[in-house]
Amino acid sequence: MESIALSRQQLDGDHMIVNLGPSHPTTHGTLRIILELEGETILKATPEMGYLHRGVEKLGENLSYQQFIPLTDRLNYCSSIMNNVGYTCAVEKLLGIEIPKRAQQIRVLVSELARIADHIVCVGVNAVDIGAFTAFLYLFRQRETVYDLFEMAAGQRLHTSFTRIGGLFRDIPEGFVPLCERFLVECEASVDECERLLTHNPIWHDRTKGIGAISPEDAVNWGYTGPCLRAAGVPQDLRKAQPYLGYETYDFDIPVGTTGDVFDRYLVRMEEMRQSLRIIRQVLDRLEPGPVNVDDPKIALPSKEKVYTRMESLIHHFKLIMHGMEMPVGEIYSATEAANGELGFYIVSDGGKNPYRIRVRPPCLPIFSSFHDQVKGCLIADAVAVLGAMNIIAGELDR
Amino acid sequence: MIIEHIDAQLPGAVTDRHAFRGDQTIVVAKENLLALVDLLYREGFQLLVDITAVDWPERPNAEGGAAAGRFDVVYHWLNLASQERLRVKVPVADGGTVPSLTGHFKTADWFEREVFDLFGIRFDGHPNMKRLLTWDDFPGHALRKDFPLDGGDPFCMEGCTAPYNNGERAQG
Amino acid sequence: MAEMNINDAVVTTRLDAVVNWGRKNSLWPLPFGTACCAIEFMSMMASKYDMSRFGAEAMRFSPRQSDMMLVLGTVTNKMAPILRTIYAQMAEPKWVISVGVCASSGGMYRTYATLQGVDRVIPVDVYVPGCPPRPESMIYGVMKLQEKIEKESLSMRKEHIARFYESLARQEALQAEKGLTGQQTIRNMLMDAAERGAGTIF
Repeated sequence: MESIALSRQQLDGDHMIVNLGPSHPTTHGTLRIILELEGETILKATPEMGYLHRGVEKLGENLSYQQFIPLTDRLNYCSSIMNNVGYTCAVEKLLGIEIPKRAQQIRVLVSELARIADHIVCVGVNAVDIGAFTAFLYLFRQRETVYDLFEMAAGQRLHTSFTRIGGLFRDIPEGFVPLCERFLVECEASVDECERLLTHNPIWHDRTKGIGAISPEDAVNWGYTGPCLRAAGVPQDLRKAQPYLGYETYDFDIPVGTTGDVFDRYLVRMEEMRQSLRIIRQVLDRLEPGPVNVDDPKIALPSKEKVYTRMESLIHHFKLIMHGMEMPVGEIYSATEAANGELGFYIVSDGGKNPYRIRVRPPCLPIFSSFHDQVKGCLIADAVAVLGAMNIIAGELDR
Repeated sequence: MIIEHIDAQLPGAVTDRHAFRGDQTIVVAKENLLALVDLLYREGFQLLVDITAVDWPERPNAEGGAAAGRFDVVYHWLNLASQERLRVKVPVADGGTVPSLTGHFKTADWFEREVFDLFGIRFDGHPNMKRLLTWDDFPGHALRKDFPLDGGDPFCMEGCTAPYNNGERAQG
Repeated sequence: MAEMNINDAVVTTRLDAVVNWGRKNSLWPLPFGTACCAIEFMSMMASKYDMSRFGAEAMRFSPRQSDMMLVLGTVTNKMAPILRTIYAQMAEPKWVISVGVCASSGGMYRTYATLQGVDRVIPVDVYVPGCPPRPESMIYGVMKLQEKIEKESLSMRKEHIARFYESLARQEALQAEKGLTGQQTIRNMLMDAAERGAGTIF
């Protein structure tokens, strides 16, 4: 796909070039799309990215493993906790340790909350672009409750940095479980309400059915993962296929679409929200008391009481902060099912305090690179609908 | 498992292998890459998950031998039917090129552009070998180990007291 | 203040007050949303924190129709020329609130790719720190801007906006002369500014 903005001599006199972004209301985040149009029909769509490239991978080589956690928050900023969970699972795989049961359960709980939050943003913002503003307002009320839950657990609404290598930042406080139970009821009602507004709405059908359809073979060839791949008909979900954090013990279904168009993606996300609520229900039922951090002072910080009263804990604390953890030499790739798809971390360690190379595999990069295939032959309004349904989060795309 | 198939059908292609923490990894020379990719595609490894690279500036930059290059281009594949993952590493020298996989996998397009942008490794046969993350006339390749973190930006280090390692590696 | 004509003295001050009152209570934001702060901005616009109480509900994504630009999120060096273009397209009077530490100073990203604060390339009026700032903080930032607008007169803003336009003309001239992209031209201008000891390129 050559950049058509520079090749004006190749242009036919009848074609118009429209530049969408990088500062544009529909580009959620900083993306740029150069559309070559004939009338209103799109002949060619060249996406461009990199407007939010902040140098995270390079910065990771200069920070210790624990210091990288806040940077992971800011990758997919709609569901920050899932990035934290993905990263700390990767480092724990590198270390070869397993975290306590309670920590695994709480990680699953907050991951599913974050997944719901991310799908709320995706569906809400997609609806706003198409013109359905009400769904956005109704759904965002639930996002505020999720923020309250995160603030209770981690002290911060959006960028929680909740997990640590070897467990969690701290245990969930007392008011968390009752508020979570209330959230389960309210969110279910909200999802039903949103479905009543959109799913059988003929305007929604006109705007979203048949737009951006992709076949399963093409989706796999393009490297899709996550809801877009499942909407295309491929039942791939890492929580079922390669379970981690005890997902094999929970009872949930994976929604799979048929055509991969915007309507299917919307339905897949709505159903995934319901399944996430189901998983949260099961976690709350079986949450067992216990430690939330690995009992190894070479990996997890000792508690403050011990640091203030015992000499060896003080020394462990000092060594962990100043000299970092003792890492084995090697490389691993660890992937979790984030809200957008397979979020992978490839970490190469040379035994030092900082990673030698840390690579974040963004789930939405392959999806965005296939934009031309999805909107070829459609109208500009359809390009807007597809852009919303892909859920491109620039923080994760560009890192 | 896939590595046995590779050894059977492309004998001698795999120059090094390990399975650290259960991740199957093989190292192949770039001449064998396309043949390997054909084999992998037939065996069901049809989801190319990731292409990236790692810079090892201290490695000998000679042709031939096990570590014949400064960079390792790293590919990750996933077999959707058997849920098996495979990592393939291809060493390449500074200034060398690697065959592009855009003919087989459309997803390779942007991943290879990113590797070119951040490391300077070119891919033969890529339709649009341009920078992806940085701007068109960005001086240098950002993720190489000899590229400074602040990119020469004086405002980055102005009044900065955060202890960056200055490139020192702990002896672990 | 500027020219004080005895006949006009009392009337000018009152005119300033009325005009400023009108302006501060109908700030139409242009959300220049790049990253996470834009999500907190969305929360601020939603019903719980509700920016429309301050007259700022009419979010206009077009620079021609808005007067307050909220820079929400990290601005990278690749994005810098676009930020300048958008700021130049806004009609005066215009104000900029830099929301979040990434926009104010580069945030935690002290790297080759991130602009270390948008005040290097455009004039900023209010900085709201936080990563991301809570919606209440952003509302407080808007209130601070309202206080600022209340006190300023019509002529006070001309100078630094004029300097900005002059720097934009300089940037375009350099770009045309050397055939570089906007990003590289701004980088060169920033390096020159650093050598001179100036903090901004305008």
